[in-house]
Amino acid sequence: MTIGSAFDIAAQVRAGTRSARAVVDECLAAVDAREGDVHAFNLVLADQARAAADAIDARVANGEDPGPLAGVPVALKDNLCTRGLPTTCSSRILEGWRPPYDASVVQRIVAAGGIVVGKTNLDEFAMGSSTENSAFGPTRNPHDLSKVPGGSSGGSAAAVAAGFAALALGSDTGGSIRQPAALCGVVGVKPTYGLVSRYGLIAFASSLDQIGPFAANVRDAALLLEVIAGHDEMDSTSIPQASPSLVDVLDDGVDGLRVGIIEELSGEGIAPDVLAQLHAAATALEKAGAIVETASVPATIYGLSAYYLIAPAEASSNLARYDGVRYGNRVDGASTTEMMEATRTAGFGAEVKRRIMLGTYALSAGYYDAYYGKAQRVRTLIIRDFARAYERFDVLLCPTSPTTAFALGAKTADPLTMYLNDVCTIPSNLAGQPAMSVPFGVGDDGMPIGVQVLAPLQGEATMFRVAAVLEAAQKVGDHV
Amino acid sequence: MSDVPEGWELICGLEVHCELATTTKLFCGCRNRFGDDANTNVCPVCLGLPGSLPVLNGEAVEYAMKLGRALNCTVNASVFARKNYFYPDMPRDFQVTQFDRPTNTMGYLDLPAGKRIGVTRAHIEEDTGKTSHAGGDGRIHGAEYSLVDYNRAGVPLVEIVSEPDIRSADEAKAYVDELRKIVLAIGVSDAKMEEGSMRVDANVSVRPAGSTEFRTRCEIKNINSLSSIERAIRYEANRHIGLYDAGERPHQETRHWDEENQRTRAGRSKENSDDYRYFPEPDLLPLEPSAADIARIDASLPLLPAARRGRLADVATVSAERAGLIVDRGQDEFAFRAIGAGADPARVLVHIEQNLKDGFGAMGIDEFVRLVAMETENKLSATQTKQVLAELVAAGGSPEEVAKARGFEAMQSSDLAAIVDKIIAENPDDWQRFVAADDKDANKIYGFFAGLVMKATQGKADGKAVREIFMQRRA
Repeated sequence: MTIGSAFDIAAQVRAGTRSARAVVDECLAAVDAREGDVHAFNLVLADQARAAADAIDARVANGEDPGPLAGVPVALKDNLCTRGLPTTCSSRILEGWRPPYDASVVQRIVAAGGIVVGKTNLDEFAMGSSTENSAFGPTRNPHDLSKVPGGSSGGSAAAVAAGFAALALGSDTGGSIRQPAALCGVVGVKPTYGLVSRYGLIAFASSLDQIGPFAANVRDAALLLEVIAGHDEMDSTSIPQASPSLVDVLDDGVDGLRVGIIEELSGEGIAPDVLAQLHAAATALEKAGAIVETASVPATIYGLSAYYLIAPAEASSNLARYDGVRYGNRVDGASTTEMMEATRTAGFGAEVKRRIMLGTYALSAGYYDAYYGKAQRVRTLIIRDFARAYERFDVLLCPTSPTTAFALGAKTADPLTMYLNDVCTIPSNLAGQPAMSVPFGVGDDGMPIGVQVLAPLQGEATMFRVAAVLEAAQKVGDHV
Repeated sequence: MSDVPEGWELICGLEVHCELATTTKLFCGCRNRFGDDANTNVCPVCLGLPGSLPVLNGEAVEYAMKLGRALNCTVNASVFARKNYFYPDMPRDFQVTQFDRPTNTMGYLDLPAGKRIGVTRAHIEEDTGKTSHAGGDGRIHGAEYSLVDYNRAGVPLVEIVSEPDIRSADEAKAYVDELRKIVLAIGVSDAKMEEGSMRVDANVSVRPAGSTEFRTRCEIKNINSLSSIERAIRYEANRHIGLYDAGERPHQETRHWDEENQRTRAGRSKENSDDYRYFPEPDLLPLEPSAADIARIDASLPLLPAARRGRLADVATVSAERAGLIVDRGQDEFAFRAIGAGADPARVLVHIEQNLKDGFGAMGIDEFVRLVAMETENKLSATQTKQVLAELVAAGGSPEEVAKARGFEAMQSSDLAAIVDKIIAENPDDWQRFVAADDKDANKIYGFFAGLVMKATQGKADGKAVREIFMQRRA
């Protein structure tokens, strides 16, 4: 029930053999049919998308080339600023706020001919692994509505899986693109930190956040990443070098490539059906000529602990600005301080408050060295251990998520169990390195499983070559 | 005047905030301009809107390093940090500043009187917006409502922190005064205390004279003029002494200078000490100036006020105060060059101090040098010189031609002596009284004779020469 690959849509629209309007209408028909069940979106921009599609078609009729995403419907995670359109982070505290500017990635997608079809649901401020922490209700997994889509970019993953959009953008702070991609059976990429501008991405943890694509296939993901990657002077942490060519290398194969399976992340705590698919993926790569061995990245086992100090610490500062003074919700109080307290008490959900408190504590005088300082040292160790591993390997392999999608409500009572979902994805954020999840087989419950490919800094090209081989070995394409 | 009673010593360190006069703000392209309509120089970045990111202004860094070098600081690799606290005029509820790795450290400032005050650090940070509170006593507490102007939010600041080396209110004032002159000389700020582009906080404590301990200090804020610095520090030191004398002790706290009542007042007491939860700003890269950058900064620095005063003092016998006045007026370069070209230093300084207060106008240095030479060679009297000088300033031209056009011919001393003798002969009674008078009365009578000579010579006579002749005749 998908509308076809983004690559094909763009080619057809540019050639004038298919209208962007028809593509968008198909998309919106899918939304009409299933959005009530899935709840992928906080906002569907039906009229705007149709108008944008008509404009694309007019340009094609005029002999113009609208660009590499011509007529391709794209869904945006609702923590990406869209000029004049509500941008909520799925939080009550931002209800009603309309940013006066577009995020840099949004500008690039529109400039490439892409059509924004809606803003997708997320765990509030991207804090969560199931999209159940949304103030506007959970998103459901299109493969099984009783299951979560993963998170925090659950809405974007579900939108692509359900054919509501050919492409989507998410943000990944500790796995928020890759884990929902795995759970929804789509491709999800967390690029190298700095490859994609964060300008206009509402910050959760600034040193870890990175925007990346969701797509139904590897080539589409490469296409979207090529569009959004590249230096942006509005983001000081943006990489100045030219971004890599990805679509062109997809057929290069993996012959002679050295692939390491991270032993610390491929054993205890990982479900047997997930491990089985990981090893099947390794076998597929071997068959394609890769050399597969076990790799050790010892410090990754401390990743989760370090992450739950660093990310909340940065979040406690990033989320301070929601004080009711300038925008969003305000709950009045007798004094400015009381107003701020009342606003934040009413505006933030439980998980956000939990992390603000964790982070505030971790940065407090007398605790800084023991918590935040030590976590940063762990981060350095993880970077060191990855560097050692990459002396022997070109890419690393491990599961994306320890399990397939779990039932709604199954883990909401125990935050720690929920946090463990990200044990395999967090190390790449701490190291700033790229990683992506590629659908590979299904679990005992018939739900999708993702295999994660990790690469060193700016190693996206190699990473995508491996992903393409895994995909080819799978005949991915018929979701849901 | 001593600030504190005998037996006590005043200890003071100053924190001076200087707004940098950059074209744009520290992290965005908004104009950095004082006095514009409220909230007109704002954008998503300086309003701290969700999703916005800071981009460092290279000009601000340049200015900050310049200031650091002018204060003899080491320029270090530095890291921006977030200082977290909630306040409505701070758009993100944290301030980007520098914490444990500031740009400038370990400098000093020499007061004109010679004492050296250590500069602990001079770091870069962003300014906050400006809140006005309506109702109540004008403070946030008890206000009916508050308005915030974010034009100032994100304006670049350098905070210059001194060592507690200051020992008197007078030294504190001299420190701020000298710092202001340095800032103005290198052109990094307009340093106007009344507009808030230079703000001074004073950390004050006292101790028994001879002791080396540091006692509890209080930080005095809201000092709005150079003259209130002295009064605020003096008041605070004596408040501490009063407490110690009464068997009490001051609490470490922030106090505000109350200009109207000439006293410091405690701020609203805080139950807990501030915990700003500093951590490195993840949205900005560390600053790593190269040796070449620092060398370039050094080369760009103009001669600083202290060096300019020293240079003037080297070529002319002049007190630090007089040299300072000329340097403050920016006329030292002119004076220095005139003296360098051979003009008499004493006459140069007298003219600049007394006759050139409003500037040099149309007069070139060379013309000034020639005029001074004409004066010192007695070709022109002091009075004539002054008249020629005024015309050169107003309309330019050569001193020789101006003097000639006015009929200012050199008075031969034999001619002058003849005139003097004639006047003596015409006023025998007065002459007798003059000869008989003691020195004090003689001076008064001399004024009468000098007047007659000037009248007879139409002001052409050199006063000094006239006096000499009269004194010779009298002896």
